[in-house]
Amino acid sequence: MHESAYLGSVAILLCLRMVCTKQISLLKFPFYLCEKETTMELKHIALENKHEQMGGKMVPFAGYNMPVRYASEKEEHINVRKNVGVFDVSHMGEFMVRGPKALDLIQKVTSNDASKLTPGKVQYSCLPNDKGGIVDDLLVYMLKEEEYMLVVNASNIEKDWAWIEKQNDMGAEMENISDDVSLFAVQGPNAGKVVAKLTDLNVDEMGFYTFDKGNIKGVTDGVVISATGYTGAGGFEIYVYNEYAEATWDKIFEAGKEYNIMPAGLGARDTLRLEMGFCLYGNDIDETTSPIEAGLGWITKFNKDFINSDELKKQKEEGVSRRLVGFEMIDKGIPRAGYEITDTDGNNIGKVTSGSISPSLGYGIGLGYVQKPHTKSDSEVFISVRNKKLKAKVVKPPFYKA
Amino acid sequence: MNLPEELKYTKDHEWVRVEGNEAYVGITDFAQSELGDIVFVEIETEGEEIEQNEVFGTIEAVKTVSDLFMPVSGKVLEFNSSLEDSPETVNSDPYGEGWMIKISMDDASQVDDLMSAADYKEMIGQ
Repeated sequence: MHESAYLGSVAILLCLRMVCTKQISLLKFPFYLCEKETTMELKHIALENKHEQMGGKMVPFAGYNMPVRYASEKEEHINVRKNVGVFDVSHMGEFMVRGPKALDLIQKVTSNDASKLTPGKVQYSCLPNDKGGIVDDLLVYMLKEEEYMLVVNASNIEKDWAWIEKQNDMGAEMENISDDVSLFAVQGPNAGKVVAKLTDLNVDEMGFYTFDKGNIKGVTDGVVISATGYTGAGGFEIYVYNEYAEATWDKIFEAGKEYNIMPAGLGARDTLRLEMGFCLYGNDIDETTSPIEAGLGWITKFNKDFINSDELKKQKEEGVSRRLVGFEMIDKGIPRAGYEITDTDGNNIGKVTSGSISPSLGYGIGLGYVQKPHTKSDSEVFISVRNKKLKAKVVKPPFYKA
Repeated sequence: MNLPEELKYTKDHEWVRVEGNEAYVGITDFAQSELGDIVFVEIETEGEEIEQNEVFGTIEAVKTVSDLFMPVSGKVLEFNSSLEDSPETVNSDPYGEGWMIKISMDDASQVDDLMSAADYKEMIGQ
């Protein structure tokens, strides 16, 4: 996920002269505070005005004007962990892939084994490039025989479309419905109670990474409701056509009122996913990181051929020299993307790719690529924070355990 | 947006409260609201002489890292150490308990070139 573009407000001018390295955050929106913006046309999600009315602080993110927070990122984060919050992630992209060759195309471009899917199941996967890296990570939904939906990162919609289209020499039917679909993630331990009130689907019975099509009462039918999310807090994601977006959003808040449901911005979404150790494209994985290095071997299946599978298989068999690891700060300090990682002798062993204070835990956590053998749990490493080398310890995510 | 009339302001969104030859420095209400939850304030320049516009510390929000700049030249007499354990005070009381440093000014006339509340308000477009 990336940002881009133009924030036509005074916010651009605000600048405690930020330490405006390119790396501050995976969400990258910190730059809005000091970037001398290039004026690029921002795209708009259906409920942009709604978020502004609700007090959302809007920032350019992945080319869209998106709510980063409504009041307090920490409060929104904790509310999702302990209760229930709603994210508008309508910037995400959706591609339909249909026809007798649909599965063949998906098997060719993705690393996970989509033949294992049955209608109603979702799979996390990635699109390997042909140079050992990753084009994007994505979710693959099997809607029915010969019909799939791919959900991709907003910043990569055009790139992914072009890439998949280029690989489609078998003639699968493709349709980009990204501009027509809104996506709301209702997340947290009370999410099920809220979503159950919205629909006649039996969401209580819905297993993790499964979905169904059903109604939003009083709004519309044919809505995809899926037991997925990016927070580790449990919950559901609701895909609805833009024309029903506002009514659906309002119904969610009506149903959630008794639970004190709150909107949550991309800031909280980022710290929530980081506490779980989930990768963010553009930070932890990109065109130069292999799925094996990134710890995504579990979605890289060699019982089928896919783009660059030979090289990745070799990596898996022979091992890789660096790996993406989690670490927690022992010294007081906050790791940030781009900071150097060193060993006890001060030698450079890697780089932080995501870092923040953990709102749930109250200390600094991060992800980064480090050279072997420092990838082992409990390895002592040092994070270069400004002029200091602060002690940290390699740990296996999730950082936060419910 | 709270902008006390008696304070002076900088383009870097800091405020200065002058008390004789000494002054208190913090960040503005606008700055804290733009930054969001403040999670870390690091000031290790107590006792140092620092020129105007040079860095005296760092402030971190959930998503951002920002330098803090001396609004006028002087010596850092004191750092608000309560911010070490309660950085969120900068959000809740930016002009009061959320102050950051107390300084002795080398040249109090530098304050005259800082912005009034009205000028600062215009700069941030409020």
